[in-house]
Amino acid sequence: MKTIHDAFLPALGALALLCGSPVLPFAAQQPAPARGPAPSLNGPASPTKAPDAAGFLQRWLLLEPIKVAGQLTDSAVQAIVKKEYFPFTAMPHDGDKVSVGDESLTWHAVDTIAYNVNLFHFAYALNKPTSNVLFWAVTVVDAPRDMPGVRLAIGSNAASVWWLNGQEVIGIYNDRQTVIDDGVSTRVMLKKGPNTIRAAIVNAGGATDFCARFLDAADSPIKGIVVRLDKE
Amino acid sequence: MMKSCLAAAAILLLVAPMFALDGEPTMHDPSTLIQAGGKFYVYATGNGLPAFVSDDGWTWHRAGSVMQAVPGGRPGPDVIARGGNNTWAPDIIRVGDKYFLYYAAPGTQPKAAVGLLVGKTLDPASADYKWEDAGPVVSSDGVEDSNAIDPGVLRDPTTGTLWLTYGSYFGYIRLVELDPKTGKRLHPEAKPIDIAINSEASVMIFHEGWYYLLVTHGACCAGGNSSYNIRMGRSQKVTGPFVDNMSVGMLQGGGKLFAGSSGRHIGPGHFGLLDLGDGVQKFSCHYESDLDRGGISVLDIRPLLWRDGWPVAGDNVVTGTYEIESARTGTALEMAVQGVPVGGARGRGGRGGAGGAAGRGDAGLVPPVPPQDAAQVSGNWPAGAVDARMAPYMLQAQQKWAITPVANAGGYPGSPYFKITIAGTDRALAATADAELVVLPAFTGAPEQLWRIDQLTDGTYRVMAKAVPDAKAPLALSAVGSSTPTLAVFRADSDRQRWLLKTP
Repeated sequence: MKTIHDAFLPALGALALLCGSPVLPFAAQQPAPARGPAPSLNGPASPTKAPDAAGFLQRWLLLEPIKVAGQLTDSAVQAIVKKEYFPFTAMPHDGDKVSVGDESLTWHAVDTIAYNVNLFHFAYALNKPTSNVLFWAVTVVDAPRDMPGVRLAIGSNAASVWWLNGQEVIGIYNDRQTVIDDGVSTRVMLKKGPNTIRAAIVNAGGATDFCARFLDAADSPIKGIVVRLDKE
Repeated sequence: MMKSCLAAAAILLLVAPMFALDGEPTMHDPSTLIQAGGKFYVYATGNGLPAFVSDDGWTWHRAGSVMQAVPGGRPGPDVIARGGNNTWAPDIIRVGDKYFLYYAAPGTQPKAAVGLLVGKTLDPASADYKWEDAGPVVSSDGVEDSNAIDPGVLRDPTTGTLWLTYGSYFGYIRLVELDPKTGKRLHPEAKPIDIAINSEASVMIFHEGWYYLLVTHGACCAGGNSSYNIRMGRSQKVTGPFVDNMSVGMLQGGGKLFAGSSGRHIGPGHFGLLDLGDGVQKFSCHYESDLDRGGISVLDIRPLLWRDGWPVAGDNVVTGTYEIESARTGTALEMAVQGVPVGGARGRGGRGGAGGAAGRGDAGLVPPVPPQDAAQVSGNWPAGAVDARMAPYMLQAQQKWAITPVANAGGYPGSPYFKITIAGTDRALAATADAELVVLPAFTGAPEQLWRIDQLTDGTYRVMAKAVPDAKAPLALSAVGSSTPTLAVFRADSDRQRWLLKTP
């Protein structure tokens, strides 16, 4: 099993995304002490990935955590996620860098082996903070046709705000654990082709993760979509 | 013990208070309610068998008398000969394309008969509206252990067979099988089966393999001094024996209490099942004395619940402040504003039970924290429309909903429509055109701000918008996720649309 390690070689990571080869283990250019790989995350090994049987989206681009105050009220979270650290609408790529203060943070392409994406695993393996942090996550869902009347359904630890194709569709606040279908959008349209999902997850302390899927009008996972990390 | 008509009461017209049926529900010994052509009908004791009709099950109107549509305008001669000229306590059922209306025709009790009328429609405006006298079905001769009044009819859903119970205090409640084609006795030579004693107003219902015999015990017809109460036993055979929850046979006077006097209502009697489908069952009864209407006898419709294999009399929703909690998720409906902890931000106090209001370790008594109301925290609430969402219930003002009946807005069986507002404000829950929810800054009375609240058979509630713009079917408040309410078609097989109303 491939695992995400405490760092990636961006070029090789991109190569892995394209050709399915394993992500190479961490090279010795990072000064941080070595940690074991994230046990629940792998580097993507195929161009696209179908959701799991329950519809959960298992491929994401994750930005290394941004240090924030870690307050979780509605207003505090909204203020945190509305601060622009990078062009919001630009699609990141595996290995892209984002400057936050004097830090350089990297986007990582990951596949999760579970229904959820364990951000604690992700950050810990990278020797990054897991408390009082903001995670950005992006993915692209490719729909075979227009799919009206569907809902984005998420859970997160802790607060999170979600956008579909640039429109804010979910906000859940306060200290909370990830519960499947905790926050659910109003009925939305997945348009034929690529649809971009962005999430900002704010954690104050302890475990942190999220899960996401799309539901149909009967609250069942929609079928036929695939996940990719580009809009091509 | 005999019963009598409340003819005087039947002519009283009172302005209905909010939590009894509206219009003209004054009646005694109501039949089972029956739906036809989008209307509800019920028939009762009185001269010519008074008929009542309602468009919605909430507002009722007198609609003449059954005997006006019977040739001769009175019970047939055979009925009068075997019973008498009175017309009491009818029951009605539809079988195929016919309606069978059974009624008591007592003479000098216990000499009495149950007569049958057969009709094709219940609508007095229809050209087909008429009732044919089909003669007596059962009778009592005044000496035998029977008083052949108070018919109750059951169509057995497992076999399609048709059954009639009847009787009143003098002797037994009896059971005979009917011919579904004619409504008359299938085996007229057979001896009726005794199934209960010391009761009247019997009727059977069927539920999950059991036949339930509901009867009325106690004294009627004495206004507030009436001890009427509805009791029941059950059997796995339609012919009994029927026993109560303590295994006392109903032939020995047993009967588990189903409904007694409560609130402002004295003496419930004459149970009737109203199955609205989708897991919504109600029952009708009359109260001997409705204290809110000067103590007269009135019809009521209430939720029917099931618990541990027995029916339970529910109560219609009353004005109050409630937490509206999802049975699916356990989270509570709230207006989507940032909550403020009740009492403000505080520590938990010292360990071991003592603690100061401001933090830890301050031993000694501390004052109680007052409840949070909207006036304390609404200063930062947006002035306009706000989303609705769900969250763990923490006794906060945006989670407390006032449920209040709305006058002159119509209703449904048992209740008027309600508005649902944040307690202490006029901010009203409303349905949107895209079948979602919003909390509007003020209640206007628009249909999408009116709510039907039915208690379901498991005791939870279904909350339905009176109208959702552009919706093709009625939509119910639904928990699509732990934090997300929406509107969706009600599904009885799911907890999505089941809600608990809890008093904060």
